[in-house]
Amino acid sequence: MRTILIGLGALALVAGPAGAQNAVKIGFVDTFSGPTAVIGNDMRDAFELALDHLGHKMGGLAVEVVYEDDQQKPEVGKQKTEKVLQSDRVNFITGYIWSNVLLASLKPAVDAQTFIVSANAGPSQIAGELCTPWFFSTSWQNDQTPQAMGEYLNQKAVKTLFLIGPNYAAGKDMLAGVKASFKGQVIGEEYTKWPDQLDFSAELSKARAAKPEAVFIFYPGAAGVQFLTQYAQAGLKGQIALYTAFVIDALSLPLMKDLALGVPGAQEWVNDLPNDANKKFVADFRAKYHRYPSFYGAQAYDAANLINSAVVAVKGDLANKDAIRNEMRKANYASVRGSYQYGNNHFPIESFYLQEAVKDADGNLTLKTVATILKDNQDRFHDKCPMKW
Amino acid sequence: MLLLLEQCLNGLQFGLLLFLLAAGLTLVFGIMDLVNLAHGSLYMMGAYFAASFSALTGSFVAGAALALGATLLLGVALEVVALRKLYGRDHLDQVLGTFGLILFFNELVRLVWGPAGLSVALPDWLNRPVELLPGVFYPAYRLAIITVALVVAAALYLTVMRTRLGMLIRAGASNREMVGALGIDIRLLYSLVFGLGAALAGLAGLMEAPILTVQIGMGENILILAFVVIVIGGIGSIRGAFLSAIFVGLVDTVGRAFLPDLLRLVLSPAAASTAAPALSSMLIYLLMATVLVLRPEGLFPVGGR
Repeated sequence: MRTILIGLGALALVAGPAGAQNAVKIGFVDTFSGPTAVIGNDMRDAFELALDHLGHKMGGLAVEVVYEDDQQKPEVGKQKTEKVLQSDRVNFITGYIWSNVLLASLKPAVDAQTFIVSANAGPSQIAGELCTPWFFSTSWQNDQTPQAMGEYLNQKAVKTLFLIGPNYAAGKDMLAGVKASFKGQVIGEEYTKWPDQLDFSAELSKARAAKPEAVFIFYPGAAGVQFLTQYAQAGLKGQIALYTAFVIDALSLPLMKDLALGVPGAQEWVNDLPNDANKKFVADFRAKYHRYPSFYGAQAYDAANLINSAVVAVKGDLANKDAIRNEMRKANYASVRGSYQYGNNHFPIESFYLQEAVKDADGNLTLKTVATILKDNQDRFHDKCPMKW
Repeated sequence: MLLLLEQCLNGLQFGLLLFLLAAGLTLVFGIMDLVNLAHGSLYMMGAYFAASFSALTGSFVAGAALALGATLLLGVALEVVALRKLYGRDHLDQVLGTFGLILFFNELVRLVWGPAGLSVALPDWLNRPVELLPGVFYPAYRLAIITVALVVAAALYLTVMRTRLGMLIRAGASNREMVGALGIDIRLLYSLVFGLGAALAGLAGLMEAPILTVQIGMGENILILAFVVIVIGGIGSIRGAFLSAIFVGLVDTVGRAFLPDLLRLVLSPAAASTAAPALSSMLIYLLMATVLVLRPEGLFPVGGR
């Protein structure tokens, strides 16, 4: 009798995924340990909030999320992606803060014909020659945000610029992005070891010696806090104007405090964007977690809603992947950044805003939209992507 | 030329910081024959103590002094409670045991201070640049680190070379059994040495705290460099640790600063800017490999082992 029961159990396990689906399974591969775990936790919190708003159901099916920690390492991220594909048999994978982790994890998902929705990383390769029908982004292509900053530098009539960024896939995209739109002269470009170089004394000395009008940096997470601290200690704050992409956000602001005041950044989402979906997201996030959400969280919240829109449209028929893809291409959901369209490479065509740090009514530091820099911007790699639809 | 001077100061500052960390490591390894991977955790605890105490007292200097004492006490407590049991065991057991301590401290910090990290504010008189020569500005705080580290290095040298305690420490490094046989309380000596090493690591951590953010796991990467320093300098040798730490700091920082320009002479700019950071992060390991081939005992080996 026991043997039969075990046998039946084993059969049920094998037959499970092939039979009628009664749940949407989502793999969430992100960084949950180490210094940048703060980012991964913010994304998970926002994703959970989205599921709360959806009643933990999509298209009548229950939602199961498998969270996996990539430790900010490409090889670990790839392993975890393969794990959720092969042993959890997920229908969608999302998360991915880091471009190098996403690049390593793309192929396993494409080979398994499973949708991979990046809620942050947007490497140029996936926007161009590596573009695939199985990938969607609810963030941006890496170059777009710094391109917006480059435009802003043109508006400020900056003539000479010094660039500093980390030496990995996104760092190279970011500096290339600012160079693509900046019309002045780039008089220096420094790449630092990533992610373990935290002391920028050598780079700051070179920047000072080069005497640029402005410095542009890309440093996500705690590295940005360290950069701003050391910039002030070196006496460069107020001497050479600092422009940033992905440095000042709701997670780094509490650590930067006043150092962030007066340092401009660009972003596709700011917590004060005046659409209804965003007001609800920010208010409920603050009520549940007692802090401001970051753009990372906003993108994860959008990823849950994008996936939901497709599952609802196919009425829970998860095997109908073509219909799911066609629905996701419409971006038919209430994005917290406001509505947007997908380009042929499945990256959003969206606007980018200038943001600044200010104090809110309670004296907490938060970010405020100052101006729209780029309207309905499409990334500059989409014509290298052969996909048409 | 002025830039080279500034980069050398940067290298010196980094090297001296490495020395503080390596001095404790080399003392503990050389005298007690204990491989202590948790040394980086003491560095981290020093930084967290400094963040908490300076927030509590409202003064960075007072906070730093309290943090130094706290790390020393923590070191002594750690030695008495946990590490004493590891002395007789082989190095693999020690590595496992102290690796466990790293996990313990990381989780402890997560519970007590939360996962987000802390920042430490400097008083205004330290938080500005100083004009060393006309046109050469240098952060006052980094100068303060250089000064403090040099004073500590000198004090350490005098203690080890000129005092009775130092004599026992040197004797312990040369021949532990004989020191014990001569009636020296070796357990007390060990506790003292470990506490001293912990305080030095804590000092390095608390001085780095205002430059870096204080965060979980901050001691792990720098510990690797500290091991490189003691391998190059010769295990157990304070003088070796001092010279090789400065050497490693200079090679790392100056290499990082000037390698890209050198590579641009032979490679395309794009290839050079990609290759240079990768190559410069390898420099010190190449240095270590060279030293190991030519002088396997390190540059300043301690005799009689």
